[in-house]
Amino acid sequence: MLRRERPTQARGRRKFLRLLGGVAAAGAAGIGFQAQAASGRVVVIGGGFGGATAAKYIRLWSTGIEVTLVERDAEFVSCPLSNRILAGTTTLADLTRSYDQLSGRHGVAVLRDEATDIDVEKQIVTLASGRKLPYDRLIVSAGLDLDYSGIPGLKSAAARERVLHAWKAGPQTVALRQQIEAMPDGGVFAVTVPVAPYRCPPGPYERACQVAWYFKLNKPKSKVLILDANQKVASKGALFQQAWDELYPGLVEYVPNSELADVDAASLTAKLLFDDVKADVLNVIPPMKAAAIAERAGLITANHKWCGVDFLSYESLAQKNVHVLGDAVLAAPLMPKSGHMANQHAKVCAAAIIALLRGDTVNQHPMINNTCYSFVSGADAMHIASVHRYDPEKKTMLPVPDSGGLSVAPNELEGRYAEAWARNIWADMLG
Amino acid sequence: MTGLCCGRRAAMVAMLWLAVPAAFAVDEHPGRSLAANCTGCHGTQGRSTGGMPSLAGLDRSYILNALEEFKSGARAATVMQQHAKGYTEAQFALMADYFAAQKAR
Repeated sequence: MLRRERPTQARGRRKFLRLLGGVAAAGAAGIGFQAQAASGRVVVIGGGFGGATAAKYIRLWSTGIEVTLVERDAEFVSCPLSNRILAGTTTLADLTRSYDQLSGRHGVAVLRDEATDIDVEKQIVTLASGRKLPYDRLIVSAGLDLDYSGIPGLKSAAARERVLHAWKAGPQTVALRQQIEAMPDGGVFAVTVPVAPYRCPPGPYERACQVAWYFKLNKPKSKVLILDANQKVASKGALFQQAWDELYPGLVEYVPNSELADVDAASLTAKLLFDDVKADVLNVIPPMKAAAIAERAGLITANHKWCGVDFLSYESLAQKNVHVLGDAVLAAPLMPKSGHMANQHAKVCAAAIIALLRGDTVNQHPMINNTCYSFVSGADAMHIASVHRYDPEKKTMLPVPDSGGLSVAPNELEGRYAEAWARNIWADMLG
Repeated sequence: MTGLCCGRRAAMVAMLWLAVPAAFAVDEHPGRSLAANCTGCHGTQGRSTGGMPSLAGLDRSYILNALEEFKSGARAATVMQQHAKGYTEAQFALMADYFAAQKAR
């Protein structure tokens, strides 16, 4: 009786579960089977690299588990590669993918809605529409919120329309490209980098390269200024420095230890501790923390920002039956906040949730890896790679000694790999 | 309740459904979770959408040999040497078993 279902039974049961789902959605209650149906019910909040991958892989690796994905946007838009929009080599449409195959091929119920509340005791998610989703296991892969609390000058919506973040790929990325295009030659594009950790450690430096590449070809008297709150470049430092020196001499200036104190949006001035820097286009990447829904559910365990998890299952250290993936996770040593990492978290979590719903123990030796490409020009890219394994004594993921590394130098081949990486990982999460 | 009215077939399915536990793992190949480390770049179940080699259905010994050569440095690569150094020979064998067992398309 505990053996694998025969395919015909599996199909029949899936059909039946769908039927039950439909009835539940219609608001009918008191059906005898509902309790059992609920015993295999997973709700996923957020359809990014973590959430979409988890939803797909739970369905791929099991039968009989109902998976509902709650995503507020109609389509997925990739942050990776979005800095290329600033250079004009990529469009938002190139980075946009549909959720259709998650439902059509994998039987994930995709709801365009937003989670507004999580009752961790009753195990119910409430959505903006008012709909309530009971769960046996909940995956919160809601990403990050940009934290403007320390930047009074960017409190108003008007100020934030003038000083963009463009740190979530979408309309802001396109608007920042328009600001750069409208800037006269000889102007200054200044980008501020928050104290690490933040989403995509090499991202701000890649952005500087992309804007510099556009300037070099179109506005050669202009300048890119990187105001970094950190002491040094957070990722691929030597390679970025080399790119700025060799590809963009005199065009890129890097200023470490430049924490932003405030902004005057009207004059596009970044107010540092000891200095005011006026720009023609000011791009403030603010500090980040786990999305508000994680805070409301009591998932934040560290620095009022991040969610501690058990790296064997990504179950929250604070709330039972709730798993957290991706950038919101309190990272293990040398674990970057990247889309690739979220995709890897998701697969460990998917396998663990399937095991837990069956009453099995989870894999005690999970492995994950990261590959992250950055474009330094129109076509040339470079990478950083790492492999991480679970350390049972320290109860965390640690890099495997002597593994991982960086490109020797950026090149076109890696640029093609970067594009192939993106297409493949989008398909791995959504296709 | 008319929405539930599917006759005997539904009743049968319901009985079967009650008789089995809530969740079944399928495709529990012992290399499944390890191989999932590779599939972000090489495609779900090793079926790449292009630009990276597909691994699904390749000969087990070919995959194993490639991984060992990446690890030793004998085979040139951009990222694969760095990844291969993170895994053991026993893990390579599990990954190779898994991908060799997948249908190419």
